Amino acid sequence: MAIRVNGTEVASPDDARVSLLDHLREGLHLTGTKVGCNQGACGACTVLLDGQRVLSCLTLAVQADGREVTTIEGLAEGDGLHPLQGAFIEHDGFQCGYCTPGQICAASAMLRELAEGVPSYVTADLAQERILLSREEIRERMSGNLCRCGAHNGIVDAIFQVATEKAA
Amino acid sequence: MNPVSYQRASSLTEAVRMAGTSRLLGGGTNLVDLMRKGVERPSLLTDVTALSAAIEETEAGGLLIGAAARNSSVAAHPLVRTRYPMLSRAILAGASAQVRNMATVGGNLMQRTRCLYFADVAGSRCNKREPGSGCDAAGGFNRYHAIVGASSACTATHPSDMCVALAALDASVRIVGPAGERTVPLVDFHRLPSDRPELETVLEPGEVIEAVEIPASPFAARSGYRKVRDRASYAFALVSVAAELTLREGRIDEIRIAFGGIAPKPWRAYRAEAALRGSGPSGEAFLAAAALELADAAPLAGNAFKIELAKRTLGAVLTDLTGDDR
Repeated sequence: MAIRVNGTEVASPDDARVSLLDHLREGLHLTGTKVGCNQGACGACTVLLDGQRVLSCLTLAVQADGREVTTIEGLAEGDGLHPLQGAFIEHDGFQCGYCTPGQICAASAMLRELAEGVPSYVTADLAQERILLSREEIRERMSGNLCRCGAHNGIVDAIFQVATEKAA
Repeated sequence: MNPVSYQRASSLTEAVRMAGTSRLLGGGTNLVDLMRKGVERPSLLTDVTALSAAIEETEAGGLLIGAAARNSSVAAHPLVRTRYPMLSRAILAGASAQVRNMATVGGNLMQRTRCLYFADVAGSRCNKREPGSGCDAAGGFNRYHAIVGASSACTATHPSDMCVALAALDASVRIVGPAGERTVPLVDFHRLPSDRPELETVLEPGEVIEAVEIPASPFAARSGYRKVRDRASYAFALVSVAAELTLREGRIDEIRIAFGGIAPKPWRAYRAEAALRGSGPSGEAFLAAAALELADAAPLAGNAFKIELAKRTLGAVLTDLTGDDR
């Protein structure tokens, strides 16, 4: 069995204890994905697994066998920036940048969830199929990604801009 | 983390054959974390995420949710959103989007307490982690601990939001083991600690959760879930309330209530329900029913505030549900 990481087939580790996070960083040298708390509380290790945002620190690499992983290195097409990467720069969505790969991976999945009408805890009417975009919705949906520098306002601004452009 | 072997079950039958004394692995959001901390030390993991994740209507008009269904899939499912909005709300109140994408329904039922002393292998005594060793929570930082249903051995709370909604929805758990299949009401699935806090559910070694079944419900329009916590999102409950009811001629006809965050298991409030059934909705009646439910509450030094908080949260939820605009 193999894992597909950013479009390339790689072997999964022999040791079942290895997390997807450690496998990406130590095994594949894809160090864009960051080790934050390593216990599921901060979101710095967020990657996409079959398109869904997950925490790579609490995913065993063997569980990703036969599945598609996308990391920050594989998010943009070619050498250009992903729209979220550009917007984070424009809106100062970071200071030290350590949480940024996780923030951007999470935000990219969040935009798709919004487009699919997935509700959140602050969605007023669960029966509605279209989600009304608001800063409150973005804050709630991004609550799994912490920024110790406190750049959350810029992060919300960046995501709001891309979400608005996408919907237009 | 200790060395561990891994096997993946491709079907329910295979999972039951493989289970034995292995630990069953779902999304890993709780188990992998506890393995890294040394709280859990399994030598063999059986991955059960390939079991049924289907969410289907039953012949009786209820809903059957496969144990491998991800929490996010349940919360976003059209039938859950329209017929059991309280369940969607409860799930969406829990954890983060990433964790909900990973966590399975079966794993949510099996998740272990977030008591800090339970997780602190190196520095704390815990009767749940190491039976007979003592409890450092009783005289320690116990803001998050139980006020009802606890024992001198353990005051830890069950952390799930989803299970609180399921308790109020009269859900049941389908279990398959070597001896066959059985169904257990959700409210009887988790145990109170008594003098054996290490025993948390009625699931026997070798048994596998197949699905959760929710009966048809007439309550959708007047149902709600409210969670009170220390920050606005991504935090465990201090107190949560799941409630649903019907009104007839201005009086409460049927009502079901469950509390989260105050007990070692999802706490179905039968006494409060009995007090309110047939009565006219009023703030005084709601608070009196809550007081009756919590009459035996035995708080610790750091969590007496939960009694008043639980009463007022129930009052607020019921006031909202009995309003004219529903």
